[in-house]
Amino acid sequence: MMHVLDFVPIWTLILGSAVFLYVLLDGFDLGVGILYGFAQNAAARNILMNSIAPIWDGNETWLVFGGLGLFAAFPLAFAIIIPAVYFPILVMLLALVFRGVAFEFRFRDAEHKTFWDHAFNYGSGVATFAQGVVLGSIVQGFQVSGTAFSGSSFDCLTPFSILTGVALLFGYGLLGAGWLILKTEGDLQETARRQGRVCLVGVLAAIGIVSAWTPIMNPAIASRWFSVPNILLLAPIPITTIAVALQTWRALSSRSEILAFAGGIALFALSYLGIAISLYPFIVWPQFTLWQAASSDRTQAFLLVGTLVLLPVILMYTSWSYWVFRGKVRSDIGDH
Amino acid sequence: MDVDPVFMSRLQFAWVIGWHILLPAFTVGSAAYIAVLEGFHLVSGRDVYLRVSMFWIRIFSVAFGMGVVTGVVMPFQIGTNWSRYADATSNVLSPLFAYEGLTAFFLEAGFLGVLLFGRTVVPRWAHFVAALMVAAGTLFSSFWILSANSWMQTPAGYEIIDGRFYPVDWIKIIFNPSFLSRLSHTVVAFFITAGFVALGAGAYLIRRRRFPAEGRIMLSMTLWLLTALVPLQIFLGDHHGLNTLEHQPAKLAAIEARWETGRSVPLTLFAIPDEKAESNRAAIEVPGLGSLILTHKLGGEIKGLKDFSPDQRPPVAVPFFAFRIMVGCGVLMLGVVLIGGWLRWRGRLMETPWYLLSCLLISPIGFIAVIAGWAVTEVGRQPWTVYGLLRTAHSVSPSLTGRDVVISLAAYMTVYLIMYPAGLLLMLRIVRAGPASQVGQDATIAGGRPKAPVLAGAAIPAEREP
Repeated sequence: MMHVLDFVPIWTLILGSAVFLYVLLDGFDLGVGILYGFAQNAAARNILMNSIAPIWDGNETWLVFGGLGLFAAFPLAFAIIIPAVYFPILVMLLALVFRGVAFEFRFRDAEHKTFWDHAFNYGSGVATFAQGVVLGSIVQGFQVSGTAFSGSSFDCLTPFSILTGVALLFGYGLLGAGWLILKTEGDLQETARRQGRVCLVGVLAAIGIVSAWTPIMNPAIASRWFSVPNILLLAPIPITTIAVALQTWRALSSRSEILAFAGGIALFALSYLGIAISLYPFIVWPQFTLWQAASSDRTQAFLLVGTLVLLPVILMYTSWSYWVFRGKVRSDIGDH
Repeated sequence: MDVDPVFMSRLQFAWVIGWHILLPAFTVGSAAYIAVLEGFHLVSGRDVYLRVSMFWIRIFSVAFGMGVVTGVVMPFQIGTNWSRYADATSNVLSPLFAYEGLTAFFLEAGFLGVLLFGRTVVPRWAHFVAALMVAAGTLFSSFWILSANSWMQTPAGYEIIDGRFYPVDWIKIIFNPSFLSRLSHTVVAFFITAGFVALGAGAYLIRRRRFPAEGRIMLSMTLWLLTALVPLQIFLGDHHGLNTLEHQPAKLAAIEARWETGRSVPLTLFAIPDEKAESNRAAIEVPGLGSLILTHKLGGEIKGLKDFSPDQRPPVAVPFFAFRIMVGCGVLMLGVVLIGGWLRWRGRLMETPWYLLSCLLISPIGFIAVIAGWAVTEVGRQPWTVYGLLRTAHSVSPSLTGRDVVISLAAYMTVYLIMYPAGLLLMLRIVRAGPASQVGQDATIAGGRPKAPVLAGAAIPAEREP
């Protein structure tokens, strides 16, 4: 087979962006689901749910694209990672099922409204925690023999992955609070600001612990960050993180509506970048690089043709639906 | 715990896909029905079509939501439980799965919002286009997923290097030998499934005498549709049988519980297949008819299971009985259609209580036929995941233990057994409330969309007020 073009960097970029988009988009609506449990009354819960009702299913679609994209572009990674995180994936999917149907069922099934309220709230929290465990497992690496995962299905539950699970709860909570500051007014917005500050503290603590723990757990990652000249080249990342954190704190405590959400996104982007730098060029740490895990050129090329046409259309549609539902969610919605 | 992870994983896959397939079986046909109703309304301007359409959109939205969440589960099953299958087939199959996700999922989800909540935000033609796009999306979805499924049944256009499949010719991969006959058989089955639900709902509304005009439209339209589709489906099913005879003779032998190869074989109406003794007990047979139906020739040869070594034979009982259930459903459907046609000709279609009651009772029949047909084709494919090339036993994730899958299957069972009855109850509630009721209006407002700033007042067009 002739090697005309190396598709791996393109697919790394596409898949990396899709996963990041998923984390941001479903991140804030899962975050709203987490904060939903702290809402004071039914009216507040209605507003919270309505702030994400029109867009959550579109957001979740990026998870399918991420899963199928990994399967298509880096099948070896898919075949190793997914069975290794068997239970977190199971728990995440079931939690997402509960949470997804809660949108429709809560309104049509008045007798069991409380049940569906809980399904939405716990479903969001449990799905988030499970995603955090998956993330922690990927950073930790897997026991591999040949081209298959050879550990036990419970290996992925470690103190480190539990920490990343909790960290993601705070992270999505921060995004959710940022979203609610944008979409609500008055008391609800004040509550969101307060919750945002709590989450920000949690996020910063988690970033700090993970940043210390990862290099201790893993000398190769330590030398990537702390050897000269890397330490100088990479120094802007932690410095920017601190600056963004301060700015986000100020935005949460001031009148600003957009900056808190933007700050949350920036913190996620920086953390994502940090993980990417730590693991690159590996996709299954530390056994297989992106190139080793990639599918054949023909497979990547065939899928790329359609993706390059469809992805911009999808992005346009997504932006349009956000535009249609822009503005504050009003209190007269939902309470019928 | 000493449980076989392969068997448990198969059970789990059957469980999650069996429940999932019920939803596309309903939504593919419903989406097209809604598009047709919207088109009729656009052309004729009659409000009754609009009321019927809005009624179906409410039911559709519940089913579609459930279809999405159970659909998200599916691609992950391939990774969690069938990672060796994923590793071996990904170069060929993953783009088909990914295109399913990309084109269909996004197209459906994209225009669904406009269809459900945008009636007064966009021009009428644009709303109609959205309905068409949702229907097209469900069809694209079927196209890609059945292409992937058919490739597992009749693989083509590939080469094998070091135990992995690699693509050679995408056209041959997508349009593999059983694809078009499977696609047409399945899509028509989905249309028929939704058709019988609509028929039953129409009969129910007429019987209740609350929305008889809407009920009559539903009953009449879907009966015309079924009059065309049920005979067509019998023809397509026969065609699909010929395809199976040619490409998957062992599956066909299992479907017919045929042990000995022979010409002029009888048609086995009923039997209890005994795999140990390699023969049937209590068989009821019609001489010679088997060859005629299966090969379209009186002396046509049918291969028997004994021509295949035992480790290459599918289980016999499930395909055998499931096939007979499916065909039995087909015969019943044909009966309903023929009687309906006769009553219509006599002008008594809407006034015959026992017929309306039959339509109501038979409304879930399409789901039974779809599940039975699915069992025929998937169990009949065993012991392979890729027919003749990759064994099911070699497809499972090597790290899995039986205990892992017992836990996960129990979890899937629990969740689905809560969600499905809840969803079914909600849909029945919408049907009971009937068209032009306030139920859907409440739901859409509560859904948070129509009354959002730009959509204020979108929920209730004037003609919906009773």
